[in-house]
Amino acid sequence: MKHCDNFVVSEKKFLNSTFFKLKLKAKENLPLIKAGQFVEVQVNSDSKVLLRRPISINDVDSQTNEISLIIQTVGQGTKELAKINEGEEINLVYPLGNGFNIEGENPLLVGGGVGIAPLLYLAKNFHAKGIKPKVLLGFRSQEQMIDLKEYEKYADVYISTQDGSVGSKGLVTENEIFTQSYDTIYTCGPTPMMRAISDYSLKNNIKCYASLENKMACGIGACLCCVQNTTEGHKCTCTEGPVFNVKDIIW
Amino acid sequence: MEKLKIQIGNLEFQNPVMTASGTFGFGLEYEDFFDVQKLGAIIVKGTTGEKREGNPAPRMCETPMGMINAVGLQNKGVDYFCENTYHQIKHYKTNVIVNVSGSSIEEYVKVAEKINELEHIPAIELNISCPNVKKGGMGFGTDTKMAFEVVDSVRKIYKKHLIVKLSPNVTSIAEIAKAVESAGADSVSMINTVLGMAIDAEKRKPLLSTITAGLSGPAIKPIGLRCVYQTSKAIKIPIIGLGGITNATDAIEYILAGASAIQIGTQNFVNPSVGLEVIEGMKEYLDRHNISHIWDIRGII
Repeated sequence: MKHCDNFVVSEKKFLNSTFFKLKLKAKENLPLIKAGQFVEVQVNSDSKVLLRRPISINDVDSQTNEISLIIQTVGQGTKELAKINEGEEINLVYPLGNGFNIEGENPLLVGGGVGIAPLLYLAKNFHAKGIKPKVLLGFRSQEQMIDLKEYEKYADVYISTQDGSVGSKGLVTENEIFTQSYDTIYTCGPTPMMRAISDYSLKNNIKCYASLENKMACGIGACLCCVQNTTEGHKCTCTEGPVFNVKDIIW
Repeated sequence: MEKLKIQIGNLEFQNPVMTASGTFGFGLEYEDFFDVQKLGAIIVKGTTGEKREGNPAPRMCETPMGMINAVGLQNKGVDYFCENTYHQIKHYKTNVIVNVSGSSIEEYVKVAEKINELEHIPAIELNISCPNVKKGGMGFGTDTKMAFEVVDSVRKIYKKHLIVKLSPNVTSIAEIAKAVESAGADSVSMINTVLGMAIDAEKRKPLLSTITAGLSGPAIKPIGLRCVYQTSKAIKIPIIGLGGITNATDAIEYILAGASAIQIGTQNFVNPSVGLEVIEGMKEYLDRHNISHIWDIRGII
């Protein structure tokens, strides 16, 4: 069941120069939300920005009925979102998309840039099953990094930066963590990164799921704007994704 | 809600608010948000003779107060609709209208013939104005002779209410409307999307796979209003107005310009229950102005 409700901003925090986190409190009990699902955020009813913005769910607290989002300011819409204050209301259509299935005993989670957001709730879900996953997070440099204490609660965290300012230097696929073996890989981030992870898992015969970030309008399967080309033709990223088995994706 | 009840041709509507094809799926996608049977009509996604994959990505970009789409009539084909989707929506207690598209007169006729057999589909909207397909589509809607021919051919085999959806991408939409009226259309809907384009200056590349595609949203409301206004002076059959409607005030403006009913399109993506809000808002407007029926203000400008 999808909902369209106002939430109250209970916490707003800048995590680095372009990432900010919003904690949003529901007015009623939250429905069941899967890791990897997303929300469509209305920028502001007075805004000149028309469409909602699809944002992946970073964390869910079913005790306090709060959803956390990590948003990167990129264009006009996210810049306007960054101006919202604690105590103000924001409208969400949620929860959307298929989400991740919690599979495997020995998973590796790989995130890049703002694509690290959904991996926190995914790691938390694994942790609740008694599995402490390995999480590899890639950033351009130290400036783009965020505080990873939350991630460390549920996972063994590894870091790659392109300039080597933190963690190992180079692309995530060059991280030594890939010398170990895994039964399932989950990834979310820039397309070149996800393609490289996809190539690696197909070559090594490891099950791999990627969460895509195609441009979207409705978020509920009505407009057919956000399609991804797959081995079975065009599929809506919003309803048949955002999580796809990489063997089905035609990049 | 007697104030909003209307009849167009032989078709009764509990209110003049419909959802535009391609923006409301098959109604099913919106069931979580409100009772879609409260709409005057649901116009379902464009259907063609065969399954179509549509255009490659990227298919959508946002522009100031609007969006451009290049979906290109992705759909599962008329047979799939008749055998599957139809059975999921035929119980709706409101008008379910199928948008019919094609690349040739034969294809339009074939799809219309099949939809004609469906008991719970009281009307079709003939789409001769899609800007996103290479063959046919808008080609039929930008030439009076071709518009006449396709409507005439469909009219011969389609027995129920025939709406023809027109393109604004013409010199005179009223001339096209006159042609489809003389070919036997029961009503016209206007406007389909406005042909537009968007470019990424930094990458020096177009933002859409088809380069040019269809602009919709509040940005096109003035064009839609103008088209309805001009056409309402030129034809006798009713006009269903659309283009950039986001609230009841916009809807009333279309009625004032000469529309008998309206459709909501892009705003369904922003506010999934906008249809219901527009119905309630139109009623409130009529109450506030002491108007006994919505058509009392139709085309008074």
